[in-house]
Amino acid sequence: MMLSKGLKRKREEEEEEALAVDTWWLDPGHPAVAQAAPAVASSSLFDLSVLKLHHSLRQSEPDLRHLVLVVNTLRRIQESMTPPTTLPPVPNPPAAPSVADNLLASSDVALSASVASLLEDLSHIEGLNQVPQPLADEGPPGRPVGGAPASLGALDLLGPATGCLLDDGLEGLFEDIDTSMYDSELWVPPSEGLKPGPENGPGKEETPELDEAELDYLMDVLVGTQALERPPGPGR
Amino acid sequence: MGEDTDTRKINHSFLRDHSYVTEADIISTVEFNHTGELLATGDKGGRVVIFQREPESKNAPHIQGEYDVYSTFQSHEPEFDYLKSLEIEEKINKIKWLPQQNAAHSLLSTNDKTIKLWKITERDKRPEGYNLKDEEGKLKDLSTVTSLQVPVLKPMDLMVEVSPRRIFANGHTYHINSISVNSDCETYMSADDLRINLWHLAITDRSFNIVDIKPANMEDLTEVITASEFHPHHCNLFVYSSSKGSLRLCDMRAAALCDKHSKLFEEPEDPSNRSFFSEIISSVSDVKFSHSGRYMLTRDYLTVKVWDLNMEARPIETYQVHDYLRSKLCSLYESDCIFDKFECSWNGSDSVIMTGAYNNFFRMFDRNTKRDVTLEASRESSKPRAVLKPRRVCVGGKRRRDDISVDSLDFTKKILHTAWHPAENIIAIAATNNLYIFQDKVNSDMH
Repeated sequence: MMLSKGLKRKREEEEEEALAVDTWWLDPGHPAVAQAAPAVASSSLFDLSVLKLHHSLRQSEPDLRHLVLVVNTLRRIQESMTPPTTLPPVPNPPAAPSVADNLLASSDVALSASVASLLEDLSHIEGLNQVPQPLADEGPPGRPVGGAPASLGALDLLGPATGCLLDDGLEGLFEDIDTSMYDSELWVPPSEGLKPGPENGPGKEETPELDEAELDYLMDVLVGTQALERPPGPGR
Repeated sequence: MGEDTDTRKINHSFLRDHSYVTEADIISTVEFNHTGELLATGDKGGRVVIFQREPESKNAPHIQGEYDVYSTFQSHEPEFDYLKSLEIEEKINKIKWLPQQNAAHSLLSTNDKTIKLWKITERDKRPEGYNLKDEEGKLKDLSTVTSLQVPVLKPMDLMVEVSPRRIFANGHTYHINSISVNSDCETYMSADDLRINLWHLAITDRSFNIVDIKPANMEDLTEVITASEFHPHHCNLFVYSSSKGSLRLCDMRAAALCDKHSKLFEEPEDPSNRSFFSEIISSVSDVKFSHSGRYMLTRDYLTVKVWDLNMEARPIETYQVHDYLRSKLCSLYESDCIFDKFECSWNGSDSVIMTGAYNNFFRMFDRNTKRDVTLEASRESSKPRAVLKPRRVCVGGKRRRDDISVDSLDFTKKILHTAWHPAENIIAIAATNNLYIFQDKVNSDMH
């Protein structure tokens, strides 16, 4: 697990997480886990699911059923880690939980992009296959059909986005989340308050300047230590 | 779950006749033919082994109706797809028998990509008494031939010949999970994760796509096809199940492409049982029409359900296979056991249903008496001709002497494939690489 500089995960928190293990897989709405904070309780299940997805994507011919079920489960976990955004936007500096929401939403984007990229590639493979069927459309219009050269193995067809998931262990995964966090237009430095999206159109993202303390702070939020220690903020 | 003496009456008459050990290879499918005379198994090595039931003999009643090996052949070989640089497994996913129309038997066997039609014929007579050839087949010296004779058919040792009659290839991009022969005996369907194709048994170079759930953008993929079957009597109807736990009944008369279902069978999620794993455990691993054609049987991870074709809102019966696993879903997810695909079976009269579980256990549910039983398929637990003893899994609380605790269940010993004789109480259980055949020997002598 990523640790920020000079700040060690406290022993009590480790025990708390261990205790939560038996019940963390239950829906947060379940009475048995009313006390467990969903964000922390689900993080190990999240990691496990990402590892499973990673393993599934690594197969030369992924088991589609397994892949789809793991992806759907991962989406469920992510949804539970993000509290529902029912509160109206408030022009105040966003509190810790909402920043965490944005970070996790960004990681969701990266994850979706990775999975989408692979599933797109699967449809490109199909374009190469000699199937005596009347279907002629493979992939969305505008994309080259059968774009992958026949000589490539299936692993080569994994898009660059999925390369992030193939990095070593969990550090690689968090690095990926870091990057998208920097690039994400959803992240707003506390000093500026809430701003609308960038004026230079969609697709272009601002890179807000961060100092080291804020970076460490954000890392802690992601890992969940801050979420345990701080009381829930006023929300957006 | 009643484990009292009444339950024992259902099962105590099951005797174990034989156990055939296949060589190292894991059995991947088991199927009786329509009369129950033949039993076919497919394995991971691409082999098919067919067993035949010995005719009953009054002279030796104790060996009546036992199954012996009839034929063994290599159905599929490992293949290499050069286009995708992928090896195609030779594992036999499914075998389906064709209804017998003449002296020969035919079956369809399939791996992930290719379906084959095999014809099994017997030769038990040969002609003898040729005029020009002698018994070894050498030409006779014509000067020794003084009269003409008519060759006569004489009995010989039974020879079983198997030959591939059709190969249905290149029909599927994704992995084939089911095949089903239509009641018209002319067509059959094959289903993979996203598509279902209709074939004519005599035509191999063309098939019709009847279901396609592949989304335009693969990133929108959230559901796959898990099993499918034709209705036993109505040749226009078929059902397919999904990874989200729904069943779709389709009518081929309605449209050429049956993407739009005629009926959708789906049970709403139970809010008290919701968890992150709800979708995975609701994924249907097998669907079977009842012999009557009025009901469907589905298997998901923890239950078997009986559906009435006339009621889409919910199943009419739900049976818990191993509910004690509900609190273990996390570790079962971790070990991937939660993705195991169990099959289910009806008995001939649609009154009892059967499915496999872990620890080489299998379960039977009597729909009429609502009693159920857990039995074990292993050589250690039963000697030949012994009566199967009901087993029990205890989840804490009072524990009886022979109970197994949930924590000592062996999750590597899974019974995924089972089959029930179409008419009699004979069941075939595949336990990894062992095949068990159990018969109900209740008759007037034993009472």
